[in-house]
Amino acid sequence: MDNTITTSWPLLSVLVWLPLLGSAGVLLAGNQRPSMARWLALLVAAATLLLSLQLWLGFDSATAAMQFSEMKAWIPAFKVNYHLGVDGFSMPLILLTTIFGVIVIVAGWEVIKERVHQYMAAFLMLQAALTGVFAALDGMLFYVFFEAMLVPMFLLIGVWGGPNRVYAAVKFFLYTFLGSVFMLIGLIYLYLQSGTFEILSWHDLPLTMTQQKWIFLGMLAAFAVKIPMWPVHTWLPDAHVEAPTGGSIVLAAVMLKVGGYGFIRFSLPITPDASAMLDWVVIGLSLIAVVYIGFVALVQTDMKKLIAYSSITHMGFVTLGLFIAFSIYRGSPEGFGAAMGVEGAMMQMISHGFISGALFFVVGVLYDRMHTRDIADYGGVANTMPWFAMFAVLFFMANSGLPGTSGFVGEFMVILASFNASLWIAFFAAFTLIMGAAYNLWLVKRVFFGEVRNDNVARLTDINSREVLILTVLALAVLIIGLYPQPLLNVMHVSVEHLLQQITTTKII
Amino acid sequence: MNWQDLQIVAPELFVLLMACGLLILDLFLSEQRRGILHLVSVLTMALAAIITLRGHPALEQTGAVMAFADTFVRDGMGDLLKVFAYMVMILVFVYSRYYLKQFNMYRSEFYSLSLFALLGAMVLISAASLITVYLGLELMALSLYAMVALKRDDRKATEAAMKYFILGSMASGMLLYGMSMIYGATGSLQISEISLAVAQQGSDNMILVFGLVFMVVALAFKFGLVPFHMWVPDLYEGAPAPVVLFISSMPKLAVFAMAIRLLQDGLSSLHTDWSGMLIVVAVLSIVLGNLAALAQKNIKRMLAYSTISHMGFVMLGLISGTATGFGASMFYVITYALMSAGSFGVIIFMSSKGIEAENLSDYKGLNQRNPWFAAMFAMLMLSMAGIPVFVGFFAKWLVIQAVVDAGLIWLALLAVVFSVIGGYYYLRVIKIMYFDKAVDENPIQAPSDFRAVLSVNALLMLVLGVFSSPLISACMAVF
Repeated sequence: MDNTITTSWPLLSVLVWLPLLGSAGVLLAGNQRPSMARWLALLVAAATLLLSLQLWLGFDSATAAMQFSEMKAWIPAFKVNYHLGVDGFSMPLILLTTIFGVIVIVAGWEVIKERVHQYMAAFLMLQAALTGVFAALDGMLFYVFFEAMLVPMFLLIGVWGGPNRVYAAVKFFLYTFLGSVFMLIGLIYLYLQSGTFEILSWHDLPLTMTQQKWIFLGMLAAFAVKIPMWPVHTWLPDAHVEAPTGGSIVLAAVMLKVGGYGFIRFSLPITPDASAMLDWVVIGLSLIAVVYIGFVALVQTDMKKLIAYSSITHMGFVTLGLFIAFSIYRGSPEGFGAAMGVEGAMMQMISHGFISGALFFVVGVLYDRMHTRDIADYGGVANTMPWFAMFAVLFFMANSGLPGTSGFVGEFMVILASFNASLWIAFFAAFTLIMGAAYNLWLVKRVFFGEVRNDNVARLTDINSREVLILTVLALAVLIIGLYPQPLLNVMHVSVEHLLQQITTTKII
Repeated sequence: MNWQDLQIVAPELFVLLMACGLLILDLFLSEQRRGILHLVSVLTMALAAIITLRGHPALEQTGAVMAFADTFVRDGMGDLLKVFAYMVMILVFVYSRYYLKQFNMYRSEFYSLSLFALLGAMVLISAASLITVYLGLELMALSLYAMVALKRDDRKATEAAMKYFILGSMASGMLLYGMSMIYGATGSLQISEISLAVAQQGSDNMILVFGLVFMVVALAFKFGLVPFHMWVPDLYEGAPAPVVLFISSMPKLAVFAMAIRLLQDGLSSLHTDWSGMLIVVAVLSIVLGNLAALAQKNIKRMLAYSTISHMGFVMLGLISGTATGFGASMFYVITYALMSAGSFGVIIFMSSKGIEAENLSDYKGLNQRNPWFAAMFAMLMLSMAGIPVFVGFFAKWLVIQAVVDAGLIWLALLAVVFSVIGGYYYLRVIKIMYFDKAVDENPIQAPSDFRAVLSVNALLMLVLGVFSSPLISACMAVF
């Protein structure tokens, strides 16, 4: 595709490289000057966030072409380019990344006391890699960022994590690594077929059904682990439970979205025929995630684990929304509702980013005070921490899909889209509304409501201004997206139409 | 022999003169001033690099010039490999000095033997006839045998030296036997003439294929590929760290050149035969190397098995038999030599007071003791594991691409799955350095030149990764 829009200055490069340079600066601050490391990290993250707003302001939502493009030859011998650009899918995700870039640094402000500079630097590196993944338009560049993000996360879980952190960190790393090497072979194969690593040229590359099937499965291995889908989800609860609060926030809010984004950028447009043929696999696994993992969440005694499992069910909605389009088109060629499914999936990703990030922060607030995440250790927190309870209940409600919050928008759109495909799929998908309400409200009841259970809870102090700030920002985001999602939908609409056109055009010649 | 010939072999000639010169120089030096030997050795490498890089006027037009009645060839591949051999030698010299001093081994033999081994490697890299191959290989190997036994009253080291010597001699015997059969079948020792003769005969000639088998065995031994790998772990564990540092890095470049000279330049018509054999040793090496490394508690043994698997990866590029495949292998072997030198540099860095830091537990909590060098070692390990954006990833990518290009997707899948398994033991080193609490709180003492060179070596993993293009192009251009 030639119709890419470039800008006069390399905004996306700045968004990738500024945090990286900043992390080097933070490391130089050294172990002896923690407050300098904190402020420097905050400065870098805030500057990146401000710059990234330019993406939103300067974005042209009337075109599906890549915007803010930058292109330089990287490894010319194998036609690998340093090619960045954003469309309606990646732009909101980059904003999500930069917003959480600031939030995690504030979230770890006084909580992290050991080796502050390394902690802050690891988050900035992670942010750089995540931004790079969403902005990369070259297959090899994407893979480099995709893998590079594992290293800082591995260290974050392993150094600042809980008692079982080594197991969780290694499991996280190896699981994702194993999934992604299959994608690497797929990328290499695509290069050998097309003679280029440009993702956009791969979108137009004709492939036979057999080729598509293998490439689809290779990509599925990488993205299913990342998002994660049942049955390759088991690394996620472990990683979440052991990770420090900030690590859990980035993991849930941004990192999981890389999987969903991968389906949108790679699987669907590069292998549309194989996706159509194997859509039942993805839909089946999504429904298992929605229903079965919902039950699993219900029985959790650890709050972080419960939220982790609820993340898996919500990500099931993302994959369902993306792949439901195929059965809609099979039923009716005009594909009524297909766009709603894809847009719903995107909305779900953004909204889940804010909600799950907020929920992990909520658990972090409690954990910092009580040093336990066991639901049984709590009870009646609302009596001692009323302001905190207000925010927490809002986020748990949003997590169960309460209308008016962002959690409702995506789920509702995906369920509506599923109705156009099959009543049964919609029936099972709608199950989540019951399950979600059950595990969220039950947790709220046990932790926040009722009598004060023990002395530890009685001694709790309400949130401080730093915590209020984070919770307010996240609450506003959840409510604004819930009440007025239209601007966000406008941004992605043309890109969604473009994607639907790609997936309905066969590539077999 | 005439003036032109001498011009072509100028780098070899220079290294030879300096090696002999060092022997004489040592006679006039008191023990306190032995540092001069070190300086002269490092300078020799720098000057040799300049001499090599100046090139030869005929190289640009023809791509290769022959000397000494066509038994010696100078070409782009040879020059590139030699330049990196000098670079690795500088690393060896800088890292070794600290160790040799501490372990009471600071004698001139180390330097002259190193230079003779390098000379052998250079001759091997530039060999254009079977005789030259053998001469270079033996000069290199004999110097290395002596180096392993340098710590002559250490039982483990002498045992390692004996094993290395006996098995190495056997491999040389195999090589000679194979060469004699090739000579018998083709009537020439000249690699270019062998190539022509083989192209006419094809693989129907049993003697040729028989000779090829023996040559591949000898190569596999020198690379340390399964099932000819038995000497590698014992040697790595028993020999002093600087010698292992040497053996694990520079000779790999020379043996790679030997593989290209024999298999590609000489026997490319038998590609189907030798690629089949290489597939077997590559698969075995990658599988066994990675699995066995998982179980090691001694970091030198762990790196020994990791070498075995890395050499299996180098074979992947050769198997394809294409120019890009050879270039990929060459990129792999060069970057591996640098990675391996850096890793042993860290082992020497951590060793002190006559005790080698060979147990993984010696690295506990390195991040608390010395965050900078913990990060450096972590980079080396991540590069070995093939994690982007470190250079090890690009090396793995290129050889796997060569294999996929050759249609061997199953082999590519096997290679990537085992590189994930291999990822575990590299991660374990990082885990030990970062997640565990430090036991030994003593600050690490190493001279500042050592620190600087080690940092540059480790940072090269990152720099060569981000800016991998020039080296990749250079490697691709010489085939």
